[in-house]
Amino acid sequence: MVRIINGEVYDPINGINGEVRDICVQDGQIVADVPGGQTIDASGMVVMPAGVDMHSHIAGSKVNLARKMRPEDHRNDVLPRTSITRSGTGGSVPSTFTTGYRYAVMGYTTAFDAAVPPLGARHAHEEFTDTPVVDKGFFALMGNNEFIMQRIAAKRHEQARDYVAWLLQATKAYAVKLVNPGGVELWKFRGNAHTLDDEVAGFGVTPRDIIQTLSDVSTELGLPHPVHIHCNNLGVAGNWETTLETMKALDGRRGHLTHIQFHSYGGKPGGLFTSKAAELAEYVNTHPNLTVDVGQVMFGDTTSMTGDGPVGYMLYQITGRKWANVDVENEEGCGIVPVEYKDKNHVHTTQWAIGLEWFLLINDPWRIALTTDHPNGASFVSYPRIIRLLMDREFRREMMKQVHQKALAKTHLPELDREYSLFEIAIITRAGPAKLLGLKNKGHLGIGADADITIYDKNDDKEKMFACPRYVIKDGRVMVEDGHIREDVYGRTFFVSPAYDPAIEADIREHFDKYYTVRFENYPVQLEHYLPRHTVVPCN
Amino acid sequence: MQVDNVVCAFCGCVCDDISVTVENGRITQAKNACVIGKAWFLSHGQPSDRPAAMIDGQPASLDDAVDTAAHILTQARYPLIYGLSSTSCEAQRQAVALAEAIGGCIDCCTSVCHGPSGMAVQGIGEPTCTLGEVKNRADLIVYWGSNPGESHPRHMPRYAVTPKGMFIPRGRKDRTVVLIDVRPTPSARAADLFLQVNPGKDFELLWSLRALVKGQAIDEAGLANTGLTLAQLTDLAERMKRCRFGVLFIGQGLTQSRGKHLNTSAAFMLVRDLNSITKFALMPMRGHGNVTGVDNVLGWQTGYPFGVNFSLGYPRFNPGEFTVVDVLSRNEADAALIVASDPAASLPRKAVRRLAEVPTIALDTHESETTRIARVAFTTATAGISAEGTAYRMDNVPLHLSNVLPSSYPSDEQVLGRILARVKELKPW
Repeated sequence: MVRIINGEVYDPINGINGEVRDICVQDGQIVADVPGGQTIDASGMVVMPAGVDMHSHIAGSKVNLARKMRPEDHRNDVLPRTSITRSGTGGSVPSTFTTGYRYAVMGYTTAFDAAVPPLGARHAHEEFTDTPVVDKGFFALMGNNEFIMQRIAAKRHEQARDYVAWLLQATKAYAVKLVNPGGVELWKFRGNAHTLDDEVAGFGVTPRDIIQTLSDVSTELGLPHPVHIHCNNLGVAGNWETTLETMKALDGRRGHLTHIQFHSYGGKPGGLFTSKAAELAEYVNTHPNLTVDVGQVMFGDTTSMTGDGPVGYMLYQITGRKWANVDVENEEGCGIVPVEYKDKNHVHTTQWAIGLEWFLLINDPWRIALTTDHPNGASFVSYPRIIRLLMDREFRREMMKQVHQKALAKTHLPELDREYSLFEIAIITRAGPAKLLGLKNKGHLGIGADADITIYDKNDDKEKMFACPRYVIKDGRVMVEDGHIREDVYGRTFFVSPAYDPAIEADIREHFDKYYTVRFENYPVQLEHYLPRHTVVPCN
Repeated sequence: MQVDNVVCAFCGCVCDDISVTVENGRITQAKNACVIGKAWFLSHGQPSDRPAAMIDGQPASLDDAVDTAAHILTQARYPLIYGLSSTSCEAQRQAVALAEAIGGCIDCCTSVCHGPSGMAVQGIGEPTCTLGEVKNRADLIVYWGSNPGESHPRHMPRYAVTPKGMFIPRGRKDRTVVLIDVRPTPSARAADLFLQVNPGKDFELLWSLRALVKGQAIDEAGLANTGLTLAQLTDLAERMKRCRFGVLFIGQGLTQSRGKHLNTSAAFMLVRDLNSITKFALMPMRGHGNVTGVDNVLGWQTGYPFGVNFSLGYPRFNPGEFTVVDVLSRNEADAALIVASDPAASLPRKAVRRLAEVPTIALDTHESETTRIARVAFTTATAGISAEGTAYRMDNVPLHLSNVLPSSYPSDEQVLGRILARVKELKPW
């Protein structure tokens, strides 16, 4: 039992904006009152629900290949073991233990991996089991799934829907993720999809078909999170038209467009980027069916890892650095390349500015989430610095002095004076992502919510304030005090279990017999073995 | 009783379609398994009267053996944990935790098989795919320094050569198969083209191939003593450029011959270069059933795939410094814990001598050279036959291992977990 007294509470879901009030915790939940227990005097402190990262790359085959591929990323950033915690390494792709602890000490207690190939689901769950503190889940990659494309081509929508439900159940996944729909399939023979109406050779469908079908399927299955879309043409100058076309193709359907910064570029392919954030933000502002997360770029060395195989190859060609590509049978692909974002680079400055423009141009903070697409734009540990950039326009101006001036001048960033309030920060870092994910017990401090709470010392330097919370409470237990982990507890895994017509299984089995190298029977993830702590999130 | 779709954890193919017959407490049949898989199921599926634990060659209680093992490991100044390629990921996770708790080195069989491939990944990256992509798309298969017919008998029929796939409707007829090795192994019969390279000349050939693929001229003199002519090599380069989806499988002929990581790096670079022309993938022919798993477990727990040291309380990686042969041959390790591997039978003599000198603890499913020299020996249940868990295929696809024949022996995971618990009691933080 914990009672937090005298704290300034920011709980946007419940409309609480900085009022001083007590928060009580019992049995891992927020309650109205407690008869005793520990009291935390939060005088002069800010109390918020703990952070929720809705799009990150923290577990599974792609992440692990990046770790194994980059020893140089780890050796100068190590985490020794303590009497409580496991050791590990950091860098842009930290080991599992380090990942969990670093989220926790930053005041985040929920993180979702955004791109797991279904065939590697078991691997992602194994890593989740070794990722301490945070609650987690993952989105299953389906935008290049051959079974789905065949069903779309055959106009068997209900079969596509049943299959998606089966796949979510089999892999214990949380949502449907599209990555460069159709393009990754084409990449398997070295092609790509460049417009929404390119035909996916061999399947007779287009990216548009895939986007519309999987948006509909996500809605029909009542999934807590709508279809999560990484658009075609990521990172290519001029790609904003594809992004806008994707938004239009959704045509009122719900859709979450992820790391939107990487999809907001004007200019001609192969040339310099210009910012089209304003045009796209205007469209999102006027279309309430759409939500986004940013994928903010921050300067420094990091690792690009994506389910978008052709993007990985493009980055290899640009950087000449080491390159991994993994094509996954019947499902997906992936590309990994180390990248360094430089503040004096024209393109990188434009990317950095576009991300900030998105934050500052979206009117409704509930429809934009703070992400770096960790580690693609930057590591998640840079969130506190991004918060300062949003809350402190003087700091933003100082940073602007250090970047490529010509590139900066072509964006709207210098004209934008908006500053985020603590209330708005609480929305884009916890309340909003929890809502977008459909997690009813996360992201707020109302009665019955999970007692995941972060308490910050107030500080004018918002980067310092958000980097090192005074207390982090997870499931009602004080896990972190002054940056130190006090207890090593393992969080739970969220997944969905939508219903489907079991008649589909005969077709899936036949597909496995023909095209997979694992047996249909051996594909589903064994629940009790791989998800020792789990919560099924209901579908509507 | 017949159990279908059992996963075979013997070699890196990790085939998951075995039908196992269990009769009177023993495995009598393993349908669909290859000759070595069958031998594994049948030999490990037999009752054994070996004691679950032995100290100095004498039967001991499990408690005493765990206690002795924990004492050895906590008293050592530079303990080594090694092996792990033939056990489950669950056991491997316990082993890494134990290595961390005792501040020792942990290394796996990767360091003596495909460590050089792992190092090539760190230098060049890795254009690769899963085995189903090979089945569905690959029209050119090249094996280099590998003899799959004998080392991975179902690799060719189940995954890479004969199966029909989505874009390979006629199976074998739609593929060209090339085998490159220092001698015509039995696998050569299954190839369309066998190229015999002179021992120690792999690097020269790979580098010349890179030049040819990039359209650069090389002369016959540059190929002297390689065993191949310019015409042969040009033909191979052309086939590689012309194919729609090529795959290069590399074996220990490349990783463990002179040149080691330079050979593998050249192979990885060749495949990377080919991707500017067509689609090409590379895959190491991983040997033991879950050697790929231990790379992954070490990867996610420490950031490094093998040769990890915890002496400073956090993971460090340095092949040559923290790898098994080096740590033993330099007489650095002063105690060893060997899991599911038989280094006393396979490592260089100097390393084995050290292993025999220091107190060694061995976990294995049966008697081995290593259990014979071990101070403490545990008999454990075979992962995939009598113990559940996870194994990773050579293409990093994880599969669930089942327990088809319950055993009275504890699993590696259980024994390691108990040793870890005892170590924490003896050496509280």
